[in-house]
Amino acid sequence: MSAPASGLAQIGKSVFIKGELSGSEDLYLDGQVEGSIALKGNSLTVGPNGQVKASVDAKGVVIQGKLEGNIQASDRVELRKSAVVTGDIATQRISIEEGAYLKGKVDIHRTDK
Amino acid sequence: MSSVSQTFMKLFRGSTGPETLPAQGSQKLTRRSSGLGELSRTWESAEALCILDLGSTSPTNIRHFTESGHRIYSEDLLTASTDPELPTKDEQGNPILDSRKFLADNLVYPAAHFDVVLCWNLPDYLDESLVKPVVGRLWSVLKPGGMLLAFFHTRDAGPDSPCHRFHIVGPDILEMQRIELRRELRRGVSDSFQLQRVFNNRHIETLFRDFASIKFFLARDNIREVLVVR
Repeated sequence: MSAPASGLAQIGKSVFIKGELSGSEDLYLDGQVEGSIALKGNSLTVGPNGQVKASVDAKGVVIQGKLEGNIQASDRVELRKSAVVTGDIATQRISIEEGAYLKGKVDIHRTDK
Repeated sequence: MSSVSQTFMKLFRGSTGPETLPAQGSQKLTRRSSGLGELSRTWESAEALCILDLGSTSPTNIRHFTESGHRIYSEDLLTASTDPELPTKDEQGNPILDSRKFLADNLVYPAAHFDVVLCWNLPDYLDESLVKPVVGRLWSVLKPGGMLLAFFHTRDAGPDSPCHRFHIVGPDILEMQRIELRRELRRGVSDSFQLQRVFNNRHIETLFRDFASIKFFLARDNIREVLVVR
């Protein structure tokens, strides 16, 4: 299912943003972004039409589209089957669906409770 | 270059491979791998190894290594070799792939970075013009003492041997899955990769001549496994 839940901040597929994107709420991104994305404590979802060339720093990251850049997720990263990711991933947990494409490093850091 | 390929492929005429897998990307077979078994003893006894997997992105392999505390890099070189900007011509006008551009865009790592490189069947299916440059680059990114595992078809495998991806499901057990290219990555090639050549032992030794040691494991399924140490 690719449609975002209500209440999410959304960037539609016709939107192109170049620069630093930051926020304190979850973000559903189905357009194009170049630069950096900082959503500490919140989640980023790159929709199936999303094309991102940016570093990402968030709590949770779900990729359905394309992302070129490093991902730093304090909680979890999910690569869905349509994901195409070029970059390094550092997170506590990772889930990769069959069919996802990754070119990069996976580094799992588990924080002690 | 093309005459060498033609000579290798002539060896297949009239022979049938022992394996004919149906063209279903989801079908998986298992095989025991002596080379993997030997490598497993390395990463089971060591911590925080740096491992490079050159096959198709494998969630299974990524999970296998990250759960063991190792750092895994995934880079699908076969898919990368389908980049439409790579085709060019050599000095004789023969079509080749631009190895300089390929290595500028792929396998870009610091020297002596990896403890283990998993080549799988890459050399058998990679374009001729890329094989030696790639092996040279792999030598440089491997740590001294680092190990590389590669699989080579024997002549008996046949020219239509399907290209598989490999998933680690046990210390010496691999799950093989036939590769079908993603639709958006096909860019004019067929739905999978074709066997480019058959290496004999001498060719393999020459290919890895800069490495410190080489060990061969011959399997029943017409695969020759090679474990080299830098």
